[in-house]
Amino acid sequence: MKQSIVFLLVALLGGNLYSQDMTPLVRKLKAKLDQVNDYEAEGKMKTDVAFIKAPIGRVKVFYKKPNKFRLKKDGGISLLPKGGVSVNMNSIFTISDFAAIDAGEALVNGTHTRIVKILPSDENSDIVLTTMYIDEASLLVRKSTVTTRENGTYTIEMNYGKFAQYGLPDKVIFSFNTKNYSLPKGITLEFDDDKPAETEKLKNRKGRVEITYSNYTINKGIGDEVFR
Amino acid sequence: MWTLIQIELFKIFRRPRTYIAFAAVAALIGVIQFGLKLDGDAYIAFMMRDINSSISVEGKILNGYQVCYIVLQALLVHVPLLISLVAADMVSGEANMGTLRLMLTRPVGRTKFLLAKFIAATVYTVLLLVWLAILALFLNMLIFGVDDLFLLKSQYVVLLRKDDIFWRYIGAFGFAALAMTTVAALGFLLSLFAENSIGPIIATMSVIVFLTILSTLSSIPLFNTIKPYLFTTHMISWKEFFDIKVNDANEAIIGSIQNPGRIIRSSLILLAHIAGFLGIGIWVFRKKDILS
Repeated sequence: MKQSIVFLLVALLGGNLYSQDMTPLVRKLKAKLDQVNDYEAEGKMKTDVAFIKAPIGRVKVFYKKPNKFRLKKDGGISLLPKGGVSVNMNSIFTISDFAAIDAGEALVNGTHTRIVKILPSDENSDIVLTTMYIDEASLLVRKSTVTTRENGTYTIEMNYGKFAQYGLPDKVIFSFNTKNYSLPKGITLEFDDDKPAETEKLKNRKGRVEITYSNYTINKGIGDEVFR
Repeated sequence: MWTLIQIELFKIFRRPRTYIAFAAVAALIGVIQFGLKLDGDAYIAFMMRDINSSISVEGKILNGYQVCYIVLQALLVHVPLLISLVAADMVSGEANMGTLRLMLTRPVGRTKFLLAKFIAATVYTVLLLVWLAILALFLNMLIFGVDDLFLLKSQYVVLLRKDDIFWRYIGAFGFAALAMTTVAALGFLLSLFAENSIGPIIATMSVIVFLTILSTLSSIPLFNTIKPYLFTTHMISWKEFFDIKVNDANEAIIGSIQNPGRIIRSSLILLAHIAGFLGIGIWVFRKKDILS
């Protein structure tokens, strides 16, 4: 009886420990993304935050290893969620020392994915926890939830197309929580009262930024001055 | 009529007092430009401190369009006081100098005489706004360059694309001309009741200050009922040109205005005030016994 219990425990724990270690999968994914040393991408950005009225704008995105990222609106002002520099997966994978734990399976937009939780070993890392929904068949991250020390939690959803071989998405949807925004009417010199319906709408504290990429220029070299 | 208007314009622009407003506008805008050129980033950082907690705004926020908006916001509340310097002197100044009775001995109807004076006061008002536009818009576009316009409202923020801004300023200045003509009409009306310039000028300024305070007291329900009828409430509707409409997906629609109806309503109320002030003025002047 005693032997049976010990055998059962060893079998369960051993099996469990084996299934939890997702480091090889993450390393494989990292290796795929590492093909890209730099890229320049063009796209359209849509900002959907309750208290922001902004038109869709054309943007240019620049990335250079290991974690240089810059989003520029074509000659205009851009609005990005705090921590927006981490909009791409390549930046998240700059963490070299981490523990990757299996957290089950899930369907993301109809695609079967493996849920992997990544915990950085560095206690001072800004990223506290990353949950990745990895499409194992095509080795792509379909969705990711990143919890940071400074900028809260945000979710990145990715749709892939012709640049999937590099792990670069055609569309990125970045969801995040916003804080309340208000300025005294004395400063803005607004004397009229807002309609209640509009005020209610403004209370939605979920924000979204959608970037649809039309083209990528990969590994052609980008000067450091772009990121200044 | 044209000759009468020319004479009135000649009289307005001959007086040194007329140029006080032009000099004051130039000095105020100069000070704002100087301050923003040297320390504009600190001002922007102060204004952005709330939104910066969740959104990072990148780009040239302090550009010519932005500075023009800051200037208009600061000045359009005070320009009425400068307009009253001339408008409230139009008839009372003549009475003070003793030339009113003399002028009315000429074969010109009182209504025509008064209308010529009012049109001259309106021309002065429009010229002051053109001067304001040259300094606040065109000069700032030269000094600070142009880019998108990022505006902070009390409950939300608006981002306007740079190719969707200039026409809004044309509209805003056009509306401001209507608002300032209302002030000129008020000053003009009050100038009929005095035989010196100081009284109507101070009375016009006092009325504007008093009504502006009433317009801002939104926390007292009693004043909320009368607020829609005060012309000072509608004088700031030029800002509606800088609020954009969004579709169901929360995308701003280029070339749209959030509340065009509010601009039309405010314009009609201001026009009604102008017609009312001028109508009362003509009625009073036609019945008045001119003794000075």
